[in-house]
Amino acid sequence: MNQFKKNKFAIFGLVVLGLFIFLAVFANVISPYNPESIVESETQPPSLKHWFGTDEIGRDILSRVFYGSRISLTVGFVAVVIAIIIGIVFGALSGYFGGFLDTVLMRFVDVMLAFPSIFLILTIQIMLSPNIYNVMIVIGLTSWMGVARLVRGEFLTQKERQYVEAAHAIGASNLRIIFRHILPNAIAPIVVAATLGMAGAILTESALSFLGLGVQPPTPSWGNMLMDAQAYMRDAPWIAIFPGLFILLSVLSLYFVGEGLRQVFNPKE
Amino acid sequence: MLLEVKNLKTHFYQEGLPVKAVDGISFGVGAGEVLGIVGESGSGKSTVGLSLLRLIDLPGKIVEGAINFEGIDLMQLPEKAMRNIRGAKISMIFQNPFTSLNPVFTVGDQIAETLRFHQGLSRRRSRDKTIEMLKMVHIKNPESRINSYPHQFSGGMQQRVMIAMALACNPKLLIADEPTTALDVTVQWEIIKLLRELKDNLDVSIILITHDFSVVAELCDKVAVMHNGKIVEDGNLNQVVQRPKDPYTQKLISTVPRIE
Repeated sequence: MNQFKKNKFAIFGLVVLGLFIFLAVFANVISPYNPESIVESETQPPSLKHWFGTDEIGRDILSRVFYGSRISLTVGFVAVVIAIIIGIVFGALSGYFGGFLDTVLMRFVDVMLAFPSIFLILTIQIMLSPNIYNVMIVIGLTSWMGVARLVRGEFLTQKERQYVEAAHAIGASNLRIIFRHILPNAIAPIVVAATLGMAGAILTESALSFLGLGVQPPTPSWGNMLMDAQAYMRDAPWIAIFPGLFILLSVLSLYFVGEGLRQVFNPKE
Repeated sequence: MLLEVKNLKTHFYQEGLPVKAVDGISFGVGAGEVLGIVGESGSGKSTVGLSLLRLIDLPGKIVEGAINFEGIDLMQLPEKAMRNIRGAKISMIFQNPFTSLNPVFTVGDQIAETLRFHQGLSRRRSRDKTIEMLKMVHIKNPESRINSYPHQFSGGMQQRVMIAMALACNPKLLIADEPTTALDVTVQWEIIKLLRELKDNLDVSIILITHDFSVVAELCDKVAVMHNGKIVEDGNLNQVVQRPKDPYTQKLISTVPRIE
């Protein structure tokens, strides 16, 4: 814990992240305007009335960014939870049982990794209707492979430890040993991977929404706000700057926190 | 006889060729008896212990033999029934108490877990029983120590916890695989003293696997000497220690340092 405190970047990340979570949870309370209603007749630069300005059709950008953080963080979180669960199951079975099962599962991981996942996601999104739930599921389903490999490696080392043999000797079943005895010992790197994975998921969600296959307007997300801003970059850069800044800050702080956690769990490095 | 092993063979396969770790051994343990299995490293003595619980993983395999325990041949039992034997009827403790305990759970949790899934005790009951077990292995302040993690214990105390866990479900047989080897000499004798006390107070037979004849002499009723996967000599303690017949046994006994 002390080591985490010493890492200034990690603390910065944690504070920014805390702030964003606060914004996301209380978006409906603290937003000065309705994010989907047109409150001005035209685009306005940042002012006291509209801190972040208004967008191309006169909506308050501050409110839209706040509501957008709700979408982006939720998508990021749920997608990571899905990825972690799949990754744990694949990695644990693979690493614990080894042999043929390991070969089959890991080759499947290789195949999944060999797909350019952004095209896979785009294809699936075009076939399904691009709504926020599909975005979460699709991102989760295409980002679990790293976790699976990580968990497999952890299980390969842990299963040789004697407490596993001791657990067998008191009559624990394989599943019990996997989830009750070994998994808690492997949780540290999984937490780090989850933190970094969430940053990736937020970026993917933004990219998808930017391409119009993610969160659909008029619901604001950081990605689709950027898409709307493209045409006005020269005349009204603030439309792009603020959602862009929020994406940057959230991803950056997740990386800082992840790196801080990694140092805490891995004091050798 | 509580346990009767007949012609047990456990082989490990390396590139198709068998390494005969245990090569046709037979022995028996009566109720309340302590059998010492003595041998040097690589003699196959630890493999015997693991074979009795059927804990041999690939590339190893029990290729032949019968393990009669309370009249049932363990070799014929399905894996699920075998799990109900492990920890409940036959328990095992290992050489390294520091690595045998799971580092992320409190010692109380680990003992209580055994009780909960073998005996279906409630949280409360298993906690009471855990405290009772810790008392039995002479851990001070068990009510508070129950919440300690393994790394907060010394090696000797960790081994006491392992013993408490192994005996929690009142097993009939305890297999102790080099239970004192990894410990300091003074702590070794405390653990031996504890095992002797438990043997006298509880209705439990012990198979003590060790390379150390002095430990055997303190604790065992019967001895079997193993060499290259075979039992070269067995019999009562006094008979084997004082009048060893086999040259290997004689050599092994002569290695025990004496204060002349």
